[in-house]
Amino acid sequence: MMAGAERTRTRTRAEEALARNFAALASDDAVHEMRSQAFDAFMEKGLPHRRVEDWKYTDLRALMSDAPPPASPASPQAAEEALARADVFAGIDRARIVFVNGQFLPALSDLKGLEEDVEFASFGRFLAGGGALLVATDQADEAEAPVLALNGAFVTDGAVLRIREGAKLARPLEIVTVYAGAEPGLQTLRHQVSVGDGAEAVILQSYVGPDDVAYHTNAVTDVRIGKGAKVKWVKAQEEGNKAVHLGLDLPRVDADAVFDPFLFAAGSAVARAEIRLIFDGEGASAGIRGATIARGRQHLDTTLIVDHAVPECTSQEFFKAAIDDEAKGVFQGRINVWRDAQKTEGKMMSQALLLSESAEFDNKPELEIFADDVVCGHGATCGQIDEEMLFFMRSRGVPMEEAERLLVHAFLAEAIEEIADEDVIEALEARTRRWLSLASEVR
Amino acid sequence: MLEIDNLHAKVAEDDTEILRGLSLKVGPGEVHAIMGPNGSGKSTLSYILAGKEDYDVTDGSITYKGEDLLEMEPDERAAAGVFLAFQYPIEIPGVGTMTFLKTAMNAQRRARGEPELTTPDFMRQVRELAGALNITPDMLKRPLNVGFSGGEKKRNEILQMALLAPSLCVMDETDSGLDIDALRIVADGVNRMRSPERSIIVITHYQRLLEYIVPDHVHVMSRGRIVKSGGRELALELEENGYAEYVEAA
Amino acid sequence: MPAVQETIEQVKEIDVDKYKYGFETFIESDRAPKGLDESTVRFISAKKGEPEWMTEWRLQAFERWLTMKEPSWARVKYPKIDYQDLYYYSAPKSMSGPNSLDEVDPEILRTYEKLGIPLREQEILAGVRPAVEAADSDADSDDDSDAPAAEGTRQVAVDAVFDSVSVATTFKKELAKAGVIFMPISEAIREYPDLVRKYLGSVVPITDNFFATLNSAVFSDGSFVYVPKGVRCPMELSTYFRINERNTGQFERTLIIADEGSYVSYLEGCTAPMRDENQLHAAVVELIALDDAEIKYSTVQNWYPGDKEGKGGVYNFVTKRGDCRGKNSKISWTQVETGSAITWKYPSCILRGDNSEGEFYSIAISNGHQQIDSGTKMIHLGKNTKSRIISKGISAGLSNNTYRGLVSAHRKASGARNFTQCDSLLIGGKCGAHTVPYIESKNASAVFEHEATTSKISDDQMFYCLQRGMSEEEAVALIVNGFAREVIQKLPMEFMAETQRLIGISLEGSVG
Repeated sequence: MMAGAERTRTRTRAEEALARNFAALASDDAVHEMRSQAFDAFMEKGLPHRRVEDWKYTDLRALMSDAPPPASPASPQAAEEALARADVFAGIDRARIVFVNGQFLPALSDLKGLEEDVEFASFGRFLAGGGALLVATDQADEAEAPVLALNGAFVTDGAVLRIREGAKLARPLEIVTVYAGAEPGLQTLRHQVSVGDGAEAVILQSYVGPDDVAYHTNAVTDVRIGKGAKVKWVKAQEEGNKAVHLGLDLPRVDADAVFDPFLFAAGSAVARAEIRLIFDGEGASAGIRGATIARGRQHLDTTLIVDHAVPECTSQEFFKAAIDDEAKGVFQGRINVWRDAQKTEGKMMSQALLLSESAEFDNKPELEIFADDVVCGHGATCGQIDEEMLFFMRSRGVPMEEAERLLVHAFLAEAIEEIADEDVIEALEARTRRWLSLASEVR
Repeated sequence: MLEIDNLHAKVAEDDTEILRGLSLKVGPGEVHAIMGPNGSGKSTLSYILAGKEDYDVTDGSITYKGEDLLEMEPDERAAAGVFLAFQYPIEIPGVGTMTFLKTAMNAQRRARGEPELTTPDFMRQVRELAGALNITPDMLKRPLNVGFSGGEKKRNEILQMALLAPSLCVMDETDSGLDIDALRIVADGVNRMRSPERSIIVITHYQRLLEYIVPDHVHVMSRGRIVKSGGRELALELEENGYAEYVEAA
Repeated sequence: MPAVQETIEQVKEIDVDKYKYGFETFIESDRAPKGLDESTVRFISAKKGEPEWMTEWRLQAFERWLTMKEPSWARVKYPKIDYQDLYYYSAPKSMSGPNSLDEVDPEILRTYEKLGIPLREQEILAGVRPAVEAADSDADSDDDSDAPAAEGTRQVAVDAVFDSVSVATTFKKELAKAGVIFMPISEAIREYPDLVRKYLGSVVPITDNFFATLNSAVFSDGSFVYVPKGVRCPMELSTYFRINERNTGQFERTLIIADEGSYVSYLEGCTAPMRDENQLHAAVVELIALDDAEIKYSTVQNWYPGDKEGKGGVYNFVTKRGDCRGKNSKISWTQVETGSAITWKYPSCILRGDNSEGEFYSIAISNGHQQIDSGTKMIHLGKNTKSRIISKGISAGLSNNTYRGLVSAHRKASGARNFTQCDSLLIGGKCGAHTVPYIESKNASAVFEHEATTSKISDDQMFYCLQRGMSEEEAVALIVNGFAREVIQKLPMEFMAETQRLIGISLEGSVG
C-alpha cells in the first residue's frame, strides 16, 4: 500500500537475459515485427515489481532470478516419458492435445470422438504463415501487460479450438503442457478457444514438468464463451519445483452463458495464475474457484479480475489456500462493476490456512463499483487449523500430523467440491490427497 | 484400570482453578456414574482425561493401566483405549464420516502394532454397528456431524465408541438433548459394550440416563472434587433432594 | 426518537448546496511571503520563537521534501498543486500570542461562536467554579438539553486553531490541576522542549510521506497533550480547526502522549469558508500510548467540499498515526468524514506493545464531486494484539468513495486478531464505491477476518418510509443514519447529534 513513484533503474539479470534471448530469435520469422513490438512494450516497463499495484505481492524483479532461452524440442522418447507425469486427469476418459517444450505433438494427441464438434489447428501454423491474431498488448492493463507482452514476443505454439454451436462434447478435452529435459528452457503458448452458442464442454488443462529444472512457462489463453454455452474450465498447475509459471486466461462470456473456471495450484517455485474475465452479454454467470497448496519456499499467486460490463450477470469467487513451511500465498480478487451493469451479483470469498510459523499469505479482495443496484460482497479469512477439530480427531486416536493433513484436505475440498463434475472432483481430490500424503477416501 | 489421585487443575488461560483434589478409582468392568451440578467440573474432568491442552494439571496424578496418563498425547491415549464421548461433538466440514472413522481406526491399530483393516472389512464392521444404532448409510456419507441433529451426533459418538472398542469409555452428558427413544437407542448401544475388560464413566446431570445404564458406583461431584460416593441408590436420593446440600458441603 | 427527529428537522431547514460554515471572517493577518523555500521555513520557525534544534528539524524535513514526489496511488484526481503559489504562514495580525481570551480578536471569537464553540463562556464558567461542581449543579438547571442529565454538562477543553495559529486554549488551569498539559504545540516547544523533542516525529518520522514531510517543514501550530502517569484526563479535549485565509495552506501538528495507565479522549472538528479556489490542508497527528494507557481520538471533518459543479473545496491530505507503544495500551480512532473536495487519510495504529489494541470506526460520506480515499492501517507487531475496523462508506451524486485498509501481522505477532467490516452504500447511479483491503499475515497464529458488502438503499425500506409520509430525503437520511449507527454510537456525546445532522446535510440533493 501507498508506494511511492518509480525511479529510473538498471535492468535486472532476468531482464538482461530476456533481451539476449530475444535478440537471438530468428529475424526472418513471419511475425517478427509483431514480436518486436511486444518485446519493446515489455522492456519499456520491464518485469513487474512491488510498486506496480497489481504485482505488489508478486515482485518478479525479485522472484525471477534468470530467464532461460526458448526450449529446444524434446526427442519423441523424452516427450512421451515426460507426458506420463501429466496424469492428474488420468481417471477420466478424455481427448488430449499435447504440447511439449512449446510444440504441438500430434502423435501424442488424441481427438477421437470429437471430430464432429471440434475444429482444431495448431497456433504454430498461423504463426508460420504470419497470420496470427493476437490481442494488442497496449490495451491490456497493468496486471496483464507484462505476461501478455512476453507471450507475444516468444510464443511458439498453442491450440486454436472452435467448438461448434450447440455441440455437447462427448468427452472432456484436455490441453496438456509438458516440459521435458534437464536443461532450463522457456515454453510460450498462446491458446485461442472459442465455444459456440449453446455448446457444452469440459475443458481441462494440465501443466507438468521435471523437478530441479529451472524452466519457465508462459501460457496465455483467449477464450470466447458463446451465448447460452456451458463450460467447465479446470486448470491443474503441477509444474516442477524449480519452474516459473505465468498463466493468463482471458475469457469473454456472452449472454446467458455459464462459465466455471477452477484453478488448482501445487507446483512451481514461482507461479501466478490470473484470470481476467469480462461479461459481454446479460444474464451470464461465472463461478471462479481455486485451491492452492504451497510448501517449501514456493510463491503461488492467484489473481482474479472480473469485469461486470453489462447488467444482470452473476459472479462467485471462492478460493482456498493452504500454506506451509516458508511458502507464500497470494490472492488478489477484484470485482469491477461498471456504470450500466445494474442487477449485478458478485460474491467473493478467500480463505487461507497457515500451517507453519514461517508461512505467509497476502490477501487483497477488492470491490470497484459504479452501479448502484448491485449486491456485492467479499470475505477473507486467514488463520490456523481449528484447535477444537484437531483435538476431536486426536481424541479418536488420529495422530497430530495426520489429523492436520485430513483437515487441510477437508478445507481445500470445500472449494473443489463446488466444481459440479464428479470425475473432476475425484481427480482433484485424489491429487490433493497425494500432495498431502493422505490415504484414499472411503465412500 | 483408572486411578485418579488428588487431581488439581486450572484453566490455562486465566488460572481459574476447576479441580481441587479429585480422587477416583475405577476397576475393570465397572460402570461409574459421576453426577453433580453445573460448574462442578465434570466436563473439565472428561477433557483432562482425554488430554485437552486448555487445562493445566497443577497437582495429583492419573494412572491408567499402570501408566501415567498425563504424560501421553491425546492420540496416544486414544490408542491406549481411552475414549471420550463428547457432550458437543464437533462438526468437521469436508471430512467424510467414513473417511474419518477409518483413519481413526487404522491410526489406533498402527499405534498398537496391529495390521490395518482393509476397506471391505472396515465397511462390514461399520454397517453392522450402524444398523443397531439406527444410523443410515446416508448419514455415513455426509461430512462428520455436519447437518446432523443433536440425537444423530450422539448416536454417531456411540458408533465410534463401538467401532474403536476402547477399554475406558468416558461419556460426557451423553443424554443431553436426547428424546426418550434416542436415549434408549444410545443406552442399548452402551449396554452392549459392557464387559469385564471395559470400564465406563458416565457423566450426567440427571438420574434419567442411569435407569438405562445402571451404574455400579455413583459419585457426587461438587466444586472440583468427589464429595460423596455410594451405590445406585445415591442417584435416586439426588433425584429426590437435588444437589443443594452437596454444594453447601463442598 | 429525538435523534431521528432532529435529523429530519435539520434536513428540512437547510438549503441545498449551502454549506453552513462557509462564512468568511474579515480580520487582518500577518503572512509569510508566498511560496516555499528555506527562508519560509526559517521565517515560520523564527515567528514561533523556536529553539535551534526545532529549526534544524524543520530544515531537515524540507531538504527531504525537495526529493520527494507527490503520491499517486490513491483513487483521487485533482489538478497539480503549485506549492509555490501558496502561503505557508498566516496569523491573525492582532494576535501574536494571546495570554488570555481577552487578548483574542473579538472577530475571531465571534467566528468560533458561529461555529458553536463559545470559548468565552467556557472560560468564564471554568474561572468561576471548579469543573466537578459545575457539572453537578448544572445537571439540575439544564432543562432544555436533549442529552441525558448526567452527560449534558460535560466539559470540553478547546484549543482553537485559526488558519495557522492556535488562538485560544480553554480550561488550561483546570487541566493543570490534574497535571494534564494541553496547549498549542508552539508553546509546548518552548515550555516542554524535552517532551516534545522526545516524541515529535517518533510516530510519523519526517521522512514518512510527501505530505507529512511537508507538514514537518512548515507546520505552524496545533495541539500538544501530555497526560501524566495514572491520570484519567478529567474532561474531553478538543481542537477546532478553521481555515480562513485565501490561498493558505494549513499545516497543523498534533502530538498526544498518554503516559502509563492514563486515559484521554480527544475531539477534533474542522471547517473552512466557501471559496472558489481549493485550499490545502496537510495535518499530521501523532498519538503515543504507553503501558496500559488509552487514547480515544474522534474527528468530525466538515471542511468545505466544493460547490455543485465541483469548484473549490479543501484538499485534505492528512497523516494520522497512533503508536501503541506500551503493553496493554489502546488507541481508538473514530472519524466522520463529510467534508473536503478530496480526502486522503488513513488513521492508523501500530500495535507494538503486547496485548495492545487498535480500533478504527469510520463514516465517510461523499456527495457532489467529492473524492474520498480513506481507511486505516493496523500493523500488528506485538503478541496478542487486537484490532477492529468498522467502516461505513456512503457515496452519492458524482462522488467516488474508496475504503483502503491494511491489516498486517508480522512474524512475531503471535495471537494477533483482526476483525474488519466494511460496508458501502450507493445512492444514485453516478457515484462509485470501492473497497481495497490489503490483508497480510506472516504469523500462523494470527486470525484475520474481513467482510465487505456493497449495496444500495433497499427499495423496500425506502417505500416503507415514504408510505409513512417521509420525503425521499428524510427517508435517505434516516436509513443512512441506521446504516452508520454502529459507528455513530462510538462517538462522544458532543459529536453524536452533530453527526446525525451532518449526514442529513451531506446527502442533500442526492435523491430525485
